[in-house]
Amino acid sequence: MSLSGIISLTLALVLCPLLIGVINRIKAFFAGRLGVPLLQLYYDLAKLLRKGAVYSRTSTWLLRAGPAVGLACVLAAAALAPLGGGGALVGFEGDLILFAGLLALMRFFTVLAALDTGSSFEGMGASREVQFSALAEPALLLGLTVLATGTGSLSLNSIYSRLGAELWGKAAPALVLTALAFSVVFLTENARIPVDDPNTHLELTMIHEVMVLDHSGPDLALIQFAAALKLWVLGSLIVGVLAPVHSGLLWLDCLAALGGMLVLAVSVGVVESSMARLRLMNVPRLLLGAVVLTVLALILILR
Amino acid sequence: MTILLEGVTVLVLVTNLLLLSSSRLNYCIRVVAAQGALVGLLPLLMHFNELAARVLMISLAGMVLKLLVFPWLLLRAMRGVDVRREMEPYVGYSLSLLSGVGMLIVSFWIGSRLPLAIPGLRHSVLPMAFFNIFTGLFLLVGRRKALTQVLGYLVMENGIYIFGAAVVLEAPLMVELGVLLDVFMLVFVLGIILFHISRDFDHLDIDRLSALKDWHGAEDEPAAFAPEHSRES
Amino acid sequence: MLIALFMTPALAGLLALIVHRDSLRRALLLAVAFCHLTLTAAVWLKPPVSSPSEFLGLDPLGLLFLSIVSLLFVFSAVYAAGYLKRVSDSTQPDILQGTFFARSAEAVFTCCLLEFLATMTLVTLSQHFGLLWVAVEATTLVSAPLIYFHRSLRSLEATWKYLILCSVGIAIALLGNFFLAVAATDHGGRGVPLVLRHLLAHAGELHTQWLKAAFLLFLVGYGTKMGLAPMHSWLPDAHSESPSFVSMLLSGALLNCAFLGLLRIFQVCDAAGQGQFARDLLVLFGFISLATAAVFILRQSEYKRMLAYSSVEHMGILSLGVGFGGVGVFGALLHSVNHSLTKGMLFLVAGNLLSAYRTRNIGEVRGVLHVLPYSGALWLAGFLAITGTPPFGLFISEFTILRSVVSAGSLLAAAIYLALLGMIFAGMAASVLNMAQGNAGLERASDAISEPASSVIPPLLLGALTLMLGLYCPAALTEKLQQAARLLGGF
Repeated sequence: MSLSGIISLTLALVLCPLLIGVINRIKAFFAGRLGVPLLQLYYDLAKLLRKGAVYSRTSTWLLRAGPAVGLACVLAAAALAPLGGGGALVGFEGDLILFAGLLALMRFFTVLAALDTGSSFEGMGASREVQFSALAEPALLLGLTVLATGTGSLSLNSIYSRLGAELWGKAAPALVLTALAFSVVFLTENARIPVDDPNTHLELTMIHEVMVLDHSGPDLALIQFAAALKLWVLGSLIVGVLAPVHSGLLWLDCLAALGGMLVLAVSVGVVESSMARLRLMNVPRLLLGAVVLTVLALILILR
Repeated sequence: MTILLEGVTVLVLVTNLLLLSSSRLNYCIRVVAAQGALVGLLPLLMHFNELAARVLMISLAGMVLKLLVFPWLLLRAMRGVDVRREMEPYVGYSLSLLSGVGMLIVSFWIGSRLPLAIPGLRHSVLPMAFFNIFTGLFLLVGRRKALTQVLGYLVMENGIYIFGAAVVLEAPLMVELGVLLDVFMLVFVLGIILFHISRDFDHLDIDRLSALKDWHGAEDEPAAFAPEHSRES
Repeated sequence: MLIALFMTPALAGLLALIVHRDSLRRALLLAVAFCHLTLTAAVWLKPPVSSPSEFLGLDPLGLLFLSIVSLLFVFSAVYAAGYLKRVSDSTQPDILQGTFFARSAEAVFTCCLLEFLATMTLVTLSQHFGLLWVAVEATTLVSAPLIYFHRSLRSLEATWKYLILCSVGIAIALLGNFFLAVAATDHGGRGVPLVLRHLLAHAGELHTQWLKAAFLLFLVGYGTKMGLAPMHSWLPDAHSESPSFVSMLLSGALLNCAFLGLLRIFQVCDAAGQGQFARDLLVLFGFISLATAAVFILRQSEYKRMLAYSSVEHMGILSLGVGFGGVGVFGALLHSVNHSLTKGMLFLVAGNLLSAYRTRNIGEVRGVLHVLPYSGALWLAGFLAITGTPPFGLFISEFTILRSVVSAGSLLAAAIYLALLGMIFAGMAASVLNMAQGNAGLERASDAISEPASSVIPPLLLGALTLMLGLYCPAALTEKLQQAARLLGGF
């Protein structure tokens, strides 16, 4: 329960909707529009929390539990994820597996809730989501293995605190490849282009959006906040690899990490504006490529 | 210099993976050109201390050849036939990528097992050479289009060149000239052949160059070779 | 002298490109062929004392293969001159398609033919492994247009397979060269130059692991060029689609040159003490080639492909001979001489059959003895020769190799060897005898079934030579063979 842990979790909870705002603003900028305000997601969450939820008569407790469990999981993951070089709130040996497991649990309950609605659109989205995540998870785990091997520890906390300039000096190519693979996983898990278009209106083309189509009111608020927090958490993994700042001063480290997250959000916006979405057939190839990159990184770091 | 060498090594490995997973021939030709340029950089990086003007010239000549001349020849051949993609290869793309991982592991294993008495040799150069050779052979065997087979051969030659440049210390001139001459003549001759194939066959599909075979199944006659075979696209 | 052996055909080839008149070009071809033969004969009588550089040199092994190349080229040139004269006067319909096809410019063809001789000469002359490799690569490149002489779709396919497979093989051999260079380097980074003489002298210092790996790579690489199974799949196509006198050179001379490359590395391995490892591999590939050839000859439908598979078989026998060692090495070298002569004869006769019957199919050729008396007789004689029937020369060499197999102690191997040879005899007999006998299916034959002298004399002479070698081996040849065999660890 260190100070840095509390600070990193607080920052995560408070600032994650801002990231979404930044991404949307960048996309609007590329489109030549002014775009919604940066704090739009906060307003949306406030609005949704005031509303009432509507549940279909065919749904069971799963539909009500899905968003809650999802948010709980991602909150726990946020407690584990280190912000930049700073410590996480909770850390123990092997917590990187718990991390992946929590994300998987969140995904599992989202899928169950989607299937619970009985609608075919949600089922379609669920099957796609599960297929892509099945390919993305090895990349995530192998990437974490690379980092664990490089720094010689099994806790996210200590991995990221030991990841510094000296590891970069020793094994830069492996770290670059891992960061690349993490980026692909990041884009996949957060349903960003080139895997999924978050702004699409056509249910047949959705993957993530369509699963939460039947939620409303506070449930939707929980889902949106959980999505933003997941973006933050996975983003902090990438920022920790690419910009490890260990100056010893807490505020400097936090500032550097926040700067890194900002840059990450901006680059996500740029990628979303400049690329088209991949054909669904080709997404497994992309994910397989990410897995192969992590395997290569693992081989490089094991020698 | 070590980190630069490692970086170039990893880039070469990634180009091989890209070749295994891509179906667009245009893209593949450019990736092979980039790989040729990277491979040409390697001797410069490896023997940075004892850089002779001769080695520099040969490296530059090789890079120009692989970056400009070969892609130009291959793109010309490709344009002549209007072949854009490799559809339905013998080994699918996802499986190729997974096999690539397997070959990568095997190359690193071989690289670690071979006792090398050369002082100061980088660790990942040998596995990179073997991986290139394996990828080249895989492309030669697993793809249908004649053009991809030529690309596979170029990749294999790159691998052999890496091995030669890394390992053979004296007479590197022989190594480079030999490989360059080999590849240049071959691409030249192959370009001519591809041109003839495209002109007479209207396609670059190796699978259809199968009139000459011994397993005829039930009939004893060789497959009747009607001219309209060459006209269908 | 050695430089002249190589430069004469090389320069003449370039000259052939500029000469416009066909008859002049053919005369040039014949002149160079005979000139080369005389130079080779001169080297036999008076061996050169010193070689101009480290890269070139002529030891008994090289001289043996050089003589085969030279002799075969003369016969090929004579046949070629006659053939080119005949076909330039007419446009022939393609055998299987019924459409007219174009022929490649005769100038380019003659140039490639002469360069082919030059590069093969260079293979026999090289003492440096790098130069040897360059020469073998060059033979691949200059012989590809030769296969593509009849510009048909089948020959294009054959040329493509030939180029791709042989180039891959050569690339593997290049890697073998590099492995050899590593084997020859000591800890200080200095190395023994890849000259045969030096390598043999320092054989004890070579790294064993690298040398063994190098031998394996050379075996696969040059073995592809040589036609050892399972790397032989280009051979039936290339040898059956090219014009007959080119097939004769490919089968009789080029395969031997690739074998020479293999023998050079075998010499180094043997001197370094890895001889048994090398021999085991050679025996393995020899048996695989023999078995593959036997299987494919049995149900063969085209006679030129049958001859090509027979080449695979004989390359396997060569490999076996060297692999079992002892007197088998002498047998293998004698076998290479005999095989080249006999295969040359058979291919030329096959060319006669093809131009008369216009079909490659065994089933459609009947009654050769009636239609083409001379060629028919030569066809039968050639069949008897190539399968190792006494009194032809191949019987002696195959029997010698059998002796070495038996004296090596493995009776099972000898039994398999004889069984496979028997299978091949049966397969070829069925095809050849069916072709030779019977009523002529004259509706497939062309009108004028003449046998011009230039198409009968060369195979006749080759057959006579094979017969002579079966009955009496000149002392000079025997001595040279024994010298060469001693270089390879045999006697």
